[in-house]
Amino acid sequence: MGDIQGRHLIVSALKNGTVIDHIPSESLFKVISILKLETIHSQITFGTNLESKKLGSKAIIKISDKFFEQDDINKIAIIVPEAKLNIIKNYEVVEKMIVSLPDSIEGITKCFNPQCITNHEKVVPKFTVIEKSPVSLLCRYCEKITDQEHFILI
Amino acid sequence: MTTKSLVSISDYKVDDYNRILQLASEFEANSYQNLLHGRVIATLFFEPSTRTRLSFESAINRLRGRVIGFADIGTTSSTKGESLHDSIRMVASYCDLIVMRHPLEGAAKYASEISPVPIINAGDGANQHPTQTLLDMYSILKTQGTLHNLKITLIGDLKYGRTVHSLIMAMMNYNPTFYFVSPPELKLPNEYKQTLAKHNIAYSEHADMQEVLDISDIVYMTRVQKERFSDPMEYEKTKNLYVLKNDMLTHTKENMKILHPLPRVNEISMCVDASPKAYYFEQAKNGVYARQAIICHLLGINI
Repeated sequence: MGDIQGRHLIVSALKNGTVIDHIPSESLFKVISILKLETIHSQITFGTNLESKKLGSKAIIKISDKFFEQDDINKIAIIVPEAKLNIIKNYEVVEKMIVSLPDSIEGITKCFNPQCITNHEKVVPKFTVIEKSPVSLLCRYCEKITDQEHFILI
Repeated sequence: MTTKSLVSISDYKVDDYNRILQLASEFEANSYQNLLHGRVIATLFFEPSTRTRLSFESAINRLRGRVIGFADIGTTSSTKGESLHDSIRMVASYCDLIVMRHPLEGAAKYASEISPVPIINAGDGANQHPTQTLLDMYSILKTQGTLHNLKITLIGDLKYGRTVHSLIMAMMNYNPTFYFVSPPELKLPNEYKQTLAKHNIAYSEHADMQEVLDISDIVYMTRVQKERFSDPMEYEKTKNLYVLKNDMLTHTKENMKILHPLPRVNEISMCVDASPKAYYFEQAKNGVYARQAIICHLLGINI
């Protein structure tokens, strides 16, 4: 009983919407920013520094009445490849989605190379994903590698 | 043909290399032809490079093509703030093919996405210079009779030298053995070594070129630039270790040839120039044939 009560306090029930779980605590605000949650008007609950056996400390986001497009999910994958999405309909988890990086990405992060054309002209940066964990991206323009610690989100 | 433009050496596969090298030898036999008569080719040098530009313009002129363009960004609208996007769109409507050099990396790739006419990358910052690689390959083929199973020594700035990187990637297709000779600061980046290991290509690294000169078929020299060193003392200490002199050639193989992308500063002593093993000026000459081959290949002109 104690356990259920504890969970209830941390995660209140969602009728319809998306739960993003297994976000490392330090990445919560990046995820909020990538998904542009500030533009969503439905109810959103955040929790962070929650205990997690897997991550030590995790964060969770619950968004009412919001179901993400594949493109949005890809954006999260770059920052939090370990995140999990639960799609909730009528209080039930109807779908579980594991975030996974596509083989190529466009327009999410900048190229790390200051001499790259994408940092000087209005060009959408395009990358080939050469490593998925940790993420490593090969710029299709300058052919230089941008790795996870050097991401600058657009 | 895998792509309409030539932006990166990785745009081409072995079949393309072979086709270009075959064409280059035909142009060497007969360099003055009418093949580009009535065609206009633009040479856009957003960053000056006299050698490369003259080589391209000679290649075009010998085939009776006409050249438009600029040699220096100072005389263009870029100084008025025009974007590369607009420059390319505009010039593409004036010509049949664009040769471009640009200081930013990836500029040629971007231009190839915008341009309705083929782009030849004549250098994009420190990134790619594929026509140099093809003329290097032609020089190797011509002097050795084959591209296969050669012992290739690369000397100098292996860290930043784009000609070195592209040559390694292209020659990897022909089962070479590579010897890399450089100061510790300018060693070949790990990503290239990993690629070689993945493809089971034999290589070793050396600080002293004497260790490998006598077993090499090709010695590819590059410039060691002072500004690459964080410690100027370190440069002074090591600079003479990477200078090739005539007496070092005594026991080298008969077929050995010395290549250099030029310009040379002092890394090959002038006394080497008279040696039959010095090949760098012929190599520059081969650049004209290789560029004739690439232009005709991209324009779909049969000879």
